[in-house]
Amino acid sequence: MAVAQPVDHMPLAHEKELPFIRRYIFSTDHKVIGRQFLFSSLFFFFFGGLIAMLIRTQLAWPWREVPVLGRILYGASGNILSPEQYPALVTMHGTIMIFFFIIPVLSGAFGNFLIPLMIGARDMAFPRLNMLSYWVMVPAFFIMLAGFWVEGGTAAAGWTSYAPLSALPEMLPGSGTGQNLWILSLILVGSASIMGAINYITTIVIMRAPGMHMFRLPMTVWSLLITAILVLMGTPVLTSALLLLLFDRTIGTSFFLPAGGGNPILWQHLFWFYSHPAVYIMILPAMGIASDVISCFARKPLFGYKPMVFSIIGIAGLGFIVWGHHMFISGMNPVLGITFMTSTMMVALPSAVKTFNWLATLWGGQIQLTAPMLNALAFVSTFVIGGLSGLFAAATPVDIFLHDTYWIVGHIHYVLFGGSLFGVFAAVQYWYPKMFGRMMSDRWGRIHFILTFVCFNLVFFPMFILGAYGMPRRIADYSGYTYLAPLQGINQFMTLAAYLLALAQVILLVNFFVSLARGKKAAENPWQANTLEWSTSSPPPRENFHALPVVYRGAYEYSSPAVAEDWLPQDRALEQAERQPAVEPAPAD
Amino acid sequence: MGELTPGGSTFSGPIDSLFFIVLIVTGAAFVLVEGILAYTLVRFRKRAGQKAAFIFGSRRLELAWTVVPGFMLLGLAFYQYNTWVDAKIRIPDGPDALYVDISANQFEWQATYAGLDGRLDSADDVKAPINLMHFPVNRTVVVRLTSVDVIHSFFVPALRVKQDAIPGRYMRLWFRATEPGQYELACAELCGLGHYRMRAQVIVEPQADFDAWLAEVVERSR
Repeated sequence: MAVAQPVDHMPLAHEKELPFIRRYIFSTDHKVIGRQFLFSSLFFFFFGGLIAMLIRTQLAWPWREVPVLGRILYGASGNILSPEQYPALVTMHGTIMIFFFIIPVLSGAFGNFLIPLMIGARDMAFPRLNMLSYWVMVPAFFIMLAGFWVEGGTAAAGWTSYAPLSALPEMLPGSGTGQNLWILSLILVGSASIMGAINYITTIVIMRAPGMHMFRLPMTVWSLLITAILVLMGTPVLTSALLLLLFDRTIGTSFFLPAGGGNPILWQHLFWFYSHPAVYIMILPAMGIASDVISCFARKPLFGYKPMVFSIIGIAGLGFIVWGHHMFISGMNPVLGITFMTSTMMVALPSAVKTFNWLATLWGGQIQLTAPMLNALAFVSTFVIGGLSGLFAAATPVDIFLHDTYWIVGHIHYVLFGGSLFGVFAAVQYWYPKMFGRMMSDRWGRIHFILTFVCFNLVFFPMFILGAYGMPRRIADYSGYTYLAPLQGINQFMTLAAYLLALAQVILLVNFFVSLARGKKAAENPWQANTLEWSTSSPPPRENFHALPVVYRGAYEYSSPAVAEDWLPQDRALEQAERQPAVEPAPAD
Repeated sequence: MGELTPGGSTFSGPIDSLFFIVLIVTGAAFVLVEGILAYTLVRFRKRAGQKAAFIFGSRRLELAWTVVPGFMLLGLAFYQYNTWVDAKIRIPDGPDALYVDISANQFEWQATYAGLDGRLDSADDVKAPINLMHFPVNRTVVVRLTSVDVIHSFFVPALRVKQDAIPGRYMRLWFRATEPGQYELACAELCGLGHYRMRAQVIVEPQADFDAWLAEVVERSR
């Protein structure tokens, strides 16, 4: 094969020559920006999780005094949550977890850190834009946070902020300044996403190392590419909708207000046109991560590489024509419900294809149950529950009952906690040695995993039972309903499990920070993996590679008979004699 | 889980059986996938000195697990159509039906019944007490639903009905209760700080009792 000489796209200044502030704070190095995204999104994860604990406390013991924390948080109302605060907490939990944790940690942290390393580039295509993307997200968070201190408190119309509740300041205490801050913050964080997306697409399309064909890209990179396309197509719609909402609130327009000729349903269409694909923005990178981790620790090639790529593209494509399943009973023409139900059922198909391919990857493997592998397997097993529980809600007649009940809350948490978050846990522990040059404790990783996996199911599976009872979501207190009164026991059980789940995350946190200082020094390739990031030092130097790599094969030639070891890096040239058995993999299709 | 909370309308049968069918299909898929997953983790654990199979895929398997679930999912979708059309599209319209106006506002439900003339939108319409509505059993009820402020959602779990109430618009919904009893209406769309207490009592009773109650309401409104 004729291979072009590696071209240095972007010779950068050497690390030593840069002042501290350019090296660690306003750095244009994708690895530094990736770590910045990782640290801030982990902070947001704990912040959003703390809010979830307050929500669970209220649901187990409605309107009770909260010891210690209550005095700090609800001082004004005597250590007790007030009815105004509950919707605000629900809103903040959803908003922070989605826009400040899951999207930034997957695309921002791992997208940034991994894309150039995995495709064999020295940095992103637009390093300054990359830096700007991070520094636009930071003020966005403080603007959101400022809502807690303004008159009336923070936004409280739900993370979905349905108009007119969100459009009319007099309808809700938090609908004052807090709601405006929420809108501004999301416009900023959306802009950060768009900047990242442009960067990722450009980088992946033009900056691949010689020999890195599109169909040799690791699944993580494929999933980040498709995610970036979703961001680029969806986010501007949300941004426009947010601007219209801001106009309705501030300068007297009536886009979503019926009194002035507007239509409240329009907000829902625009919002879900972005926010349904956003679910895939939050799950696709985790799917890519799980594919790479599973193949590595099964020591076996990923089964059906091309079907895996096409199913990601299929999910993304179908993802844009299913938004109406959030609106079956919204007053949207019910005939449209039939169309959206059919497309929604069909989006389960590429997800099923992916699941079967993961199982086939494991079949016949040599499976090592390390902490990252356990989390990747948990991703598969809980994502299955998330997807299957979605079919109930996709079935329009059944959705008449299940819509806006705890069934949906359980479903979304199985997809985003069970799916995305286990994917994040897998990624953190798998790439930690590459990011920080040290190993995390695998034993503590496994302890964290078992506690998290058990408690996660104890918290969220009962939500399906609550949903089957018809318990509406976002209600601060169900004890006034006769038909929901029997549910207090199960709610208290879920809350106790949630406390344990939160405590288990402290193990991850301690493991993460202790390993930074005390972890075993990581070798170049501690997992004996094939992808390019493992063929440079841990952590990589500022320009990633001492010499730009040349790629000879796909990312998944584990247990190849051509070599003695059970891995074969993408950039390792084989002698002619060695290549004979099978250097080009048998075609997957 | 297994089943939904007990129901008492003509929708309970079809909706509950569809729920059950989806449960069977997804339950089978769940057992299959998690079973294979657990099996592989036991059967294919790392053994010293052994290599995994060097296999990249199988066109036949890909075809099988695309086509089979594809048809199952399409079939599952088609199977829902009739019930959905009955519930939301083919809304009955006849002289036998009882027509009721229901209006939502923060955080109350207000039902309006036709007065003695049996017609809505006339001078003798009567308003029921706030957060209370009575319906006759075994008679079609057609509700004209609206909201005066923000979006609320009319959800009576026992009757298997849910419909958002939109300000500035009238939504039609219908049901036919089959079991007399006292049920609860819960608002299912976040509508503000009092969302959790926006509930109403729904009384389903024989026609005679309903007539007596309505007469009393008319009397009191004079």
